[in-house]
Amino acid sequence: MIEKALTGSKRYWGWIGFLMIFIIIGALFYIRQYNVGLGVTGLSRDVPWGFYIAQFTFLVGVAASAVMVVLPYYLHNYKAFGKITVLGEFVAISSVIMCMTFIFVDMGQPFRILNVFLHPTLNSLMFWDTVVLSGYLVLNILISYVTFSSERKGIAPPRWIKPFIILSIPWAVSIHTVTAFLYSGLEGRAFWLTAILAPRFLASAFAAGPALLIILVLIVRKVSKLEIEDEPIRKLGVIVAYAMAVNVFFVLMEVFTGVYSDIPEHVHHFEYLYLGLDGHSKLAPWMWVSNILAVFSLVLLIVPRFRNSLNILVMACVAVFISLWIDKGLGMVVTGFVPNPFGEVVEYWPTVPEFFITLSIYALGALILTVLYKVVISIREQVAGYH
Amino acid sequence: MGFDRRKFLKLSGLTFLGFAAGSPARVFGQQDTTMVDSTATGDGTITPISGSRWAMLVDLRACNEKGGEDCDDCIAACHRVHNVPEFDDSHDEIKWIWKTSFHSAFHSQEHEFLDEAITHGNTMVLCNHCDRPPCVRVCPTQATWKRESDGIVMMDMHRCIGCRYCVVACPYGARSFNFRDPRPHIEEINPKFPTRMRGVVEKCNFCAERLATGKMPACVKACKHGALKFGDLEDPQSEVRKILGDGFSIRRRPELGTQPQVYYLV
Repeated sequence: MIEKALTGSKRYWGWIGFLMIFIIIGALFYIRQYNVGLGVTGLSRDVPWGFYIAQFTFLVGVAASAVMVVLPYYLHNYKAFGKITVLGEFVAISSVIMCMTFIFVDMGQPFRILNVFLHPTLNSLMFWDTVVLSGYLVLNILISYVTFSSERKGIAPPRWIKPFIILSIPWAVSIHTVTAFLYSGLEGRAFWLTAILAPRFLASAFAAGPALLIILVLIVRKVSKLEIEDEPIRKLGVIVAYAMAVNVFFVLMEVFTGVYSDIPEHVHHFEYLYLGLDGHSKLAPWMWVSNILAVFSLVLLIVPRFRNSLNILVMACVAVFISLWIDKGLGMVVTGFVPNPFGEVVEYWPTVPEFFITLSIYALGALILTVLYKVVISIREQVAGYH
Repeated sequence: MGFDRRKFLKLSGLTFLGFAAGSPARVFGQQDTTMVDSTATGDGTITPISGSRWAMLVDLRACNEKGGEDCDDCIAACHRVHNVPEFDDSHDEIKWIWKTSFHSAFHSQEHEFLDEAITHGNTMVLCNHCDRPPCVRVCPTQATWKRESDGIVMMDMHRCIGCRYCVVACPYGARSFNFRDPRPHIEEINPKFPTRMRGVVEKCNFCAERLATGKMPACVKACKHGALKFGDLEDPQSEVRKILGDGFSIRRRPELGTQPQVYYLV
């Protein structure tokens, strides 16, 4: 099946080459980071987790969001999602691989990472995160491979795969819940110490993931001869609208509790995030971009006339994705550390090596996704008799 | 598995002790002999100092009134004995014990009318060796653990994968990560204590290695003003227990339930 990814148009190879350039640049920077240490990043003893872990957190959400196509299709027999379900599962696969790579590059001693399995520690959420993420990757590879092989042969998927598909639904919820628990179970970090963190993570994931999927499906429609109707895309748009509305609602609840209670330990984090604290405000302008994009996207998503126009929907999706990326991939993790346990503001900003290593992992994810989508496109075009 | 390893570490510690008992001068080196405590007698027998629940008392009045703002004795002794590197860039900083303001250490417990001698002075901070340590709870490899015998929160730098979850979980900012190779930044390497490699976490260990050879923690030993007291809280006769029972003391962020074992007399 994978051989379909080895033949393609000039445009296909051009895109692969383009991604490879970024992967190689990032790999070179990683060699430097490996030799020097994480000192090449902007991290410090005050902000020990930054860009890498934030991308990991954001992408766990994108991975989990595959459930938004899997659930309607398999549990509610919503046929319109038939053609895009495998595309959603492939987003999950590439996202989980990116997550794992982000964890790997964040480790001080990456080649000791298997110590997590050598000394399994049930009381550590990080152990559970490793378990659920690996399991989710295996489930999605298995399910997408088996169901797509059947599709290729024009037969129904074997019955034995159904329990795995059902299992993958709560499993998707679990990966993002456990990832939220990494943060929300820490007594010393007031910003994350909130029961709504996991629900909020899920809401933002179910907005950002399907928003990305809409963009990807529209690209697939453009670059291939695959016929994908508007209906599943519009339905995804409704999912994005609900999830984004719920996410914004959750954020406002957080802000209310933090600001109205006025407990210094809580309110200082929000001050830093949105206004700046003690003259430090690196994140604030980004957060306001995120807020504005969130409101803008909600207007486009909630008004049916806008949402049902695919051109406007795609704009809304781009806005949702950028807004939530800033919120989770930039603000959420770092703000938990500012101010630090001493009430002091030590800011963080990613360095050039950190930025390029991050970019290369996104390029790696895009490469994996491209290859997987290429296989689907080639086989479906073949089955449909285009070549 | 972790238990076996710890047992192994304990055994190797005992082996080291046997070795030390044979020839203390050679093992401890010349400069260190001045710091040997009374428990380490002159006839060559070394008795480890043992306790069931070690705790540290920081007498802020003694520290600030007698030591004053520029006194760095405890920090210097600790960092010299433990090969703690000096970095110019604060991003790379490693510290085991250091000075901060009263405001920074106790921002939830102060008010504006407190004695200025305390609020304007320094507050020594270090790992609190919590009775319920969040760092131990989150570590995915049991590279950090609370020693059953005496409550010291230990660190296995050979097992640590450098994920820094413990640094994130510590409510006291007590842990440091080796962002770079620390060795070129150590002024004079003490061969009696291991240096670290880049990519692992470290922190104060209540001088577990010194206790094992009958010596009090380096910081306590170095303080000329008796501002640092160290002892066993399970022992009703211990000095620390008596002082705590005699007056009022505070701890950092007690509301979190971590049960820090560093107490402050104000």
